[in-house]
Amino acid sequence: MSAASAEDRALFRDSARGFLADNATTADIRRWMATDLGYDREIWQRVAGELGWPAVPMDEDHGGLGLGLGETALLMEEMGAALFCSPFFATVCLAGSAIRLGGSDAQKNEYLPAIAAGELTAALALTERTGRIDAAAIRAEVKADGDYFILNGAKRFVVDGHSADLLIVAARTPGSAGETGVTLIAVPGDTDGLARQALATLDQTRRQADIQLADVRVPRGALLGELGHGWPVISKTLDLGITALAAEQAGGARRVLSLTVDYLQERVQFGRQIGSFQAIKHRCADMMVKVESALAAANCAADAADTGDADFPMLAAMAKAYCSDAYFACAGESIQLHGGVGFTWEYDPHLYFKRARASAAMLGDAAYHRERIAVGLGL
Amino acid sequence: MSDAIESAEDQAFRAEARDWLTEQLEGPFAYVRFRGGPGEEDEEFEGRVEWEKAMGAAGWTGISWPKEYGGRAASLSQQVIFYQEYARAGGPGRVGHIGEGLVAPTILAFGTEAQKQRFLPGIKSGTELWCQGYSEPAAGSDLANVQTRARLEGGKWIIDGQKVWTSLAHKAGWCFVICKTEPDAPRYRNLSFLLVEMNQPGITVKPIVQLSGTSEFNEVFFDGAHAPAENVVGAPGQGWKVAMALLGFERGASTLGQQIGFESEFKEILAAARENGTAKDPVMRQKLAQCWIELQLVRLNALTNLNEGTTRPGLAAINKLCWATWHRDAGELAMEVLGAEAEICAEPPYALTRMQSRFLFSRSDTIYGGTNEIQRNIIAEQGLGLPREPRP
Ligand SMILES: Cc1cc2nc3c(=O)[nH]c(=O)nc-3n(C[C@H](O)[C@H](O)[C@H](O)COP(=O)(O)OP(=O)(O)OC[C@H]3O[C@@H](n4cnc5c(N)ncnc54)[C@H](O)[C@@H]3O)c2cc1C
Repeated sequence: MSAASAEDRALFRDSARGFLADNATTADIRRWMATDLGYDREIWQRVAGELGWPAVPMDEDHGGLGLGLGETALLMEEMGAALFCSPFFATVCLAGSAIRLGGSDAQKNEYLPAIAAGELTAALALTERTGRIDAAAIRAEVKADGDYFILNGAKRFVVDGHSADLLIVAARTPGSAGETGVTLIAVPGDTDGLARQALATLDQTRRQADIQLADVRVPRGALLGELGHGWPVISKTLDLGITALAAEQAGGARRVLSLTVDYLQERVQFGRQIGSFQAIKHRCADMMVKVESALAAANCAADAADTGDADFPMLAAMAKAYCSDAYFACAGESIQLHGGVGFTWEYDPHLYFKRARASAAMLGDAAYHRERIAVGLGL
Repeated sequence: MSDAIESAEDQAFRAEARDWLTEQLEGPFAYVRFRGGPGEEDEEFEGRVEWEKAMGAAGWTGISWPKEYGGRAASLSQQVIFYQEYARAGGPGRVGHIGEGLVAPTILAFGTEAQKQRFLPGIKSGTELWCQGYSEPAAGSDLANVQTRARLEGGKWIIDGQKVWTSLAHKAGWCFVICKTEPDAPRYRNLSFLLVEMNQPGITVKPIVQLSGTSEFNEVFFDGAHAPAENVVGAPGQGWKVAMALLGFERGASTLGQQIGFESEFKEILAAARENGTAKDPVMRQKLAQCWIELQLVRLNALTNLNEGTTRPGLAAINKLCWATWHRDAGELAMEVLGAEAEICAEPPYALTRMQSRFLFSRSDTIYGGTNEIQRNIIAEQGLGLPREPRP
């Protein structure tokens, strides 16, 4: 993976910001979040075709731009700021990473160029009833049946699982436990025996789905890597995924602070802009500290992934833990500092507040990742 | 962590620094290793003065200064490297930090050539120690309200008034004093920044006992004290501008030096938690992990400030608020890890353990150099552009 220069990154950021400002206003978001799909297919086609976002982390042999997590995180930050509804996170950051890291040449050739071109959407069907991301939480089973494999089980909280063309399913060999015996399997969304349903979620800007696997039959070529050896790929995929998500959270926190500051400069009470009251200023200062720190944490983790730093898992855990808390705190403050209008459907703070809550719980909450850090510190 | 992408030049610099520091701190200066950290300013003071001189002689003070003034023109990344290696080698608390970190950059930015020639060598060689004469009884957070006065008379400044909380005034040979020199000019345009020798009949230093039972800071009384007319940095009346620039330095690169010990302090807390079993407690594990996260953010925010601080207002204040708050919280966490044992002093009557001393002294980190509340005002007004508090 190669990192773009600082100037290239700045240009890239400007173009992303400009596109989202023009094409993903909160009026658009509100329209998209009310649809069954949850995003706009036409806009997604433009994002892929004109801007090439899904091609960013794919290597050049697979129709990609060969850039790193740093650039992916930058896009996620901007998408998070805009609350952009799109299949990017599930398709590129999760399922795409799993294929890049664990796929055979044939699988990479089949899927990655299609993802890069925006022709294929995908989702990572990892979590189940508990919502936990550790290996023990994987209960769905995969067993050999001649030249085929049979999948059974139930997945839950699968981001974009209701609509993805391809599902990357985690399942385990019957009788196995923990990190051994886990396998990733590529299952097209229209395979017989696969049933799925979008869930009504508190955060309406990103869909989650229930997925039932009842005797789903797939050929040997659907397995990513060898049977039972999938955990290292899942684990690395998760660290890349939570880093990207952390960047998205940091971007959301950044925007929710700036829209709050704008409001505080408009609203007058007691003959003064309310933003001149120190009780309010100090809370905004604390929000700015959180925003700057969240951006720094996510960038630091993304850079660590791109430079092959051995501390990457610790830094990814840091980024997810910190950004989860920071975003939620900032979004909550935003509602409070808006007063009554902050409690309305019409004003935007609730959209950020709900996204912040959903993302904080997604792929391990802050406490989960802090416990990982404690283990990493030798405690 | 930051070793991954380092230029050949920086690698050579790191090796040179590491070799020298290791050789000295495992050899002749082993007795000052890890001494004199925050809250332990009196530990091995004379030895640390010798250490300062040895560093100066070997070219390891003032490394960021231009070569013509005896510096190495070290880049930002090299300064970071030096602080990292200094911490790794167990370098002691610097007695020259006020001179090197505050006075020198101010004189380099605003001083005359003669001032540079006169004052930089003493800082560089560790032979002249400095103290900071800002705060007064009626001018703390509201620094512009200083009442100490100076007037030019017979080619000299004559200074009358009082400073307070002056750290190391009892050890320092020189003090930089913010005082009123233009009584008729409006606020912010009535002050000057003077360089004053401490050892003279017009100055009296009285120690103040701190909550730790020791005294690191003092009251300083000026009673017709003298300074040569040329010892004003910037023009008379421009003292506020110079004083603020100095605070910028205080909240910028020089904090790297302050933070050098944080990493090892954190490791001590971890070790204590492992030893007494609190490391098994799920709540304590969460707190220790959070403390580690915030420590990384202290480092990251310091780097952001160094790289972008001149173009993005508010970052210096974020940096100060973060490290001060981290240090205070870490002090509390250490006490929590130690539990009942945290209460017992090292020796009667009141000799403190290292962790007790940090626990108490870190309460000052959120006060000096601009309190947390003042940093929040700065972040809100300069960082976010929120309106100023109306003045009554
Ligand atoms: C260990 C230590 C070493 C020091 N060393 C030095 C030194 O070497 N040289 C030197 O000059 N000074 C030194 N100081 C002094 C330090 O800079 C001052 O204590 C500090 O600036 C606060 O001023 P003050 O003590 O007068 O408190 P005050 O300004 O009276 O503040 C009291 C409280 O009111 C709050 N407050 C004040 N104004 C506002 C406002 N506008 N908005 C919100 N809250 C506000 C403060 O945050 C604080 O909580 C040192 C202090 C300590 C503790």
